[in-house]
Amino acid sequence: MTTRTRSLGPDDTSEAGNWTAGVRSRIVGLVPEGQALPDRQPVYVASWIYVFGVLTLAALGVVIVSGGLLAIGGVAWWHVSSLGLFVNSLHLWSVELFFAFMVVHLWGKFWMAAWRGGRALTWITGMVLFISSIGTAFTGYLSQANFASQWISAEAKDGLNSIGVGAYFNVLNPGQMLLWHVVLLPFAVGAITVAHVILVRRHGVVPPIDAADPSIESGA
Amino acid sequence: MSTPPPARSTASPRRDTTPDSHGFPTRHYDLVKEFVIAIVVVVVLSVALAAFFSSPDEKSITMSTWAQNAPNDLIATATSELAGTSVSAAYGPPYNNASEGQKIGPLALQKWGGVRLPIDSAGLVLGPLSGVSGDSALTSALSTWKSTPADQRTKWATDYADALGKAPDGDPAKVAAADYGPVPLISADFLSLAKTGGLEGVLTSSGNFYGGDQTQSLLLLSDGTYLEDQAVARKLGGNQWGMMNETGNYPGQPWMWLYTFWYQIPPFTTEGAYAADNADALVWGLMMLLTLALTLVPFIPGLRSIPRWIPVHRLVWRNYYRDYPTATRR
Repeated sequence: MTTRTRSLGPDDTSEAGNWTAGVRSRIVGLVPEGQALPDRQPVYVASWIYVFGVLTLAALGVVIVSGGLLAIGGVAWWHVSSLGLFVNSLHLWSVELFFAFMVVHLWGKFWMAAWRGGRALTWITGMVLFISSIGTAFTGYLSQANFASQWISAEAKDGLNSIGVGAYFNVLNPGQMLLWHVVLLPFAVGAITVAHVILVRRHGVVPPIDAADPSIESGA
Repeated sequence: MSTPPPARSTASPRRDTTPDSHGFPTRHYDLVKEFVIAIVVVVVLSVALAAFFSSPDEKSITMSTWAQNAPNDLIATATSELAGTSVSAAYGPPYNNASEGQKIGPLALQKWGGVRLPIDSAGLVLGPLSGVSGDSALTSALSTWKSTPADQRTKWATDYADALGKAPDGDPAKVAAADYGPVPLISADFLSLAKTGGLEGVLTSSGNFYGGDQTQSLLLLSDGTYLEDQAVARKLGGNQWGMMNETGNYPGQPWMWLYTFWYQIPPFTTEGAYAADNADALVWGLMMLLTLALTLVPFIPGLRSIPRWIPVHRLVWRNYYRDYPTATRR
């Protein structure tokens, strides 16, 4: 086998017009070099409140894995199997932990005014994530196929019907709700989580309120 | 580690002058280790909580249990479906055009959603019974019902519903004698069909082997009082924070506390008030507004300054403010 190396002409040095190069450039530029997985953080990142973002991510992982295990057994499995009931319990409690961590994270970021310094989109994606997660959990409650899902759907239909949404998002149809719960909403939550984390790494952790610019301090 | 004395900033506090986070002195931080520890903590907590507390799974109500435990309620519900006076019969969109539904001021969102899930309330009763064979009395009753003008049918069913309301415990056996047409027989046979356990299948499948859509059976069930009675007994009623609670002693959906909160207070609980009549739409509108405000807080003057006015951040960054006392703008 021979390898032939073509000499570079003037046009080859330019990436203009090359879609692949453009996408690569976009991806590489999403996060400053070395900031995707840094081993150092600004000195002010020293509080327990910072742990709750990572705890939320960890809980989301457990929610997804336990939900996946439930999916293997099917809709009725956890009603008739002690193992299935345990997996369902894991799913339930990891969801409860996920929301507890996320709410602490959210309010922590509120009191830190974490939208400062061009981080408004980070805050907004976090809020959309919170709302999407509520929808995902809600459709989970509707998909339980037990008394709770009967009652919750009977109650919830009035709210959704009153604003016209119920005509398209029918909480009395567990087949539709299950598909929203295991496909559409988790996909949305996953995609927004990725965007949120990228934004966090792109902008870095918000500096303390009223912190002076270190570059001015050092005369840089 | 030391930092030179900072220059005092003269920037206006109203302008966002937050410095670039990448310019600050740094400290060691192991993100991967933190994430792995977080996963271990969450797994251990989840397993422990699951092992100790399990999860609630109260069996669903079947039409058969409804018929066995509250036969008079089922008879009354079937009669109201025939009379067109049940909750679902008078609901409006998305089930029918019996009313415009709720509004937020001039916004008739419920009406605009359209009748996309048409439900014939009398059909909830007559449909399943039409499949019963070998019962000549029922066949004759259904034939009479179909061949009678609508006004007369409604009169029979309404009169029977009123008589049931006056009878002790709503007992059909104690209803005052009068001409109710075939309604008593139809409703009694509907009760019998429900007792056999065959009603869900007929209502759910709608001619499809696989079924999967419980809209009709859940509407019928919620038109009766049995489902709500069971829910209220478990403290799940609408005025008992029901939407966020769960069966048994479980946390349920506490993140929905604010949505549920509005259903507990006036004017949404004031009987006859506009806000109560349109509570579902108004609460949704209110929650959308509040959610939008929280989402767009970075752009809302005043709201975005709350963290500066109530200095919880002094706790979060207490080490930084202590170690770098001159590195802040005052």
